[in-house]
Amino acid sequence: MSISDRVIAIIAEQAVLEPSDVSPESTLEDLGIDSLGLVESIFAIEEEFDISIPFNANEPTQSDFDISNVAAIIAGIEKLVAEKV
Amino acid sequence: MKRVVITGAGTINALGHSVPETLEAMREGRCGIGELEFRDVERLAIRIGGQVRGFEAEGRFNRQQMSLYDRFTQFTLTATKEAIEQSGLEFHGELSAKSGVVLGTAGGGVSTWDENYRSVYEEGKNRVHPFVVPKLMNNAAASHVSMEHNLKGPSFTVSTACASSNHAMAQAFSMVRSGMAPVMITGGSESMLCFGGVKAWEGLRVMSKDACRPFSANRNGMVQGEGAGVFVFEEYEHARARGAEILCEVSGFAMSSDASDIVMPSKQGAARAMAGALADARINPGEVGYINAHGTGTAANDKTECAAVADVFGPHADSLMISSTKSMHGHLIGGTGAVELLACIMALRDGVIAPTIGYEEPDPECALDVVPNVAREARVDVALSNAFAFGGLNAVLALRKV
Repeated sequence: MSISDRVIAIIAEQAVLEPSDVSPESTLEDLGIDSLGLVESIFAIEEEFDISIPFNANEPTQSDFDISNVAAIIAGIEKLVAEKV
Repeated sequence: MKRVVITGAGTINALGHSVPETLEAMREGRCGIGELEFRDVERLAIRIGGQVRGFEAEGRFNRQQMSLYDRFTQFTLTATKEAIEQSGLEFHGELSAKSGVVLGTAGGGVSTWDENYRSVYEEGKNRVHPFVVPKLMNNAAASHVSMEHNLKGPSFTVSTACASSNHAMAQAFSMVRSGMAPVMITGGSESMLCFGGVKAWEGLRVMSKDACRPFSANRNGMVQGEGAGVFVFEEYEHARARGAEILCEVSGFAMSSDASDIVMPSKQGAARAMAGALADARINPGEVGYINAHGTGTAANDKTECAAVADVFGPHADSLMISSTKSMHGHLIGGTGAVELLACIMALRDGVIAPTIGYEEPDPECALDVVPNVAREARVDVALSNAFAFGGLNAVLALRKV
């Protein structure tokens, strides 16, 4: 599975949706993921890829990590995974 | 001052997953203590306990709930559902705004601490699940009960080791009696039966390796249990007006502090709590027919408790019945007073006194009628429930037949 598919699978599970219902343009709000759901998703993604995501729940918009929609999250993860190697 | 009655009861413990199952086991003098089953149990010297068996969180709770509910919260919610269903109450409007939850627990989410320490120390992981804190906090159970049942009044958690539930129920009682709340959900819960939870108790060297035999001369220590007991405390006129079934009346309580030793019990502290509960409830000592003892099965507690009963009741101590149901369900630590209150309800409502099982040899220092091994039928109008915690913090509730 590609990074994108794996991230979408995690987000879909959190949102209790099918992966096909999660599009790159979806925002977490569209998907019904609240703040607790967001930190749980970040945890699951960190576990999946063995990376550390620079995300502070106190100021989500100030973090270096863009969570404005699914595509932005995927792009951020791809960058972190690439940096890891 | 308002009168306070119990209109709902729920439990899960080693004797059963409901109040009827638990009371049946108590009537039959059945023992719920057995071999412990969990990871690394082979590294423990103490391998018995009153473990809840056949309880699967899957199916009862959804995935999101499971990630937030420690086992002690799962037990609490299960017992609360039974209690509130029995009461027939639904919380809306004014009733919802004024009614709250006060629960006891000594350790809160002990297995959550245990699992996550294991993960970061033993397995060397550097990341834990984001809900570790909301899952392990001592007030998690009270908060989830408030959310699940729409209880918006005074809600908090009391933690006084082995007296937590009794202190919690005393608070709930005070709030209903004073008119602050028409209904309070109260009781307690504990789930320490995991490697770290039992290992910590093992360190004290007060645990039995074979059985809990309160008051018996050959007793050799306490046995841990787990589970929850939850009750609906309701203002009497409120309950009557809606035709609710009343299980018994809570008529008074007292709390005392030994102010002497962190682990050794004090006869004076225990006696002051019992005498105080009688005075608060305006009960003549001679009216008390049954005492649900703290009765841990340790050398120190049982003889101290019996001496305190003798002091408070004088010659009447020889005619009342006192039993310890810890012999059957184990010591539920912060949840113990709540499960033991069920034995008081059974005595008052059904006229059946739960026995002290495992009783083998009389101890001259515990020379009271401990209802050895077999339950007994007897009419009881007034019962006391004792809880004496480490730290010397005591809480006794007085209950009356309605």
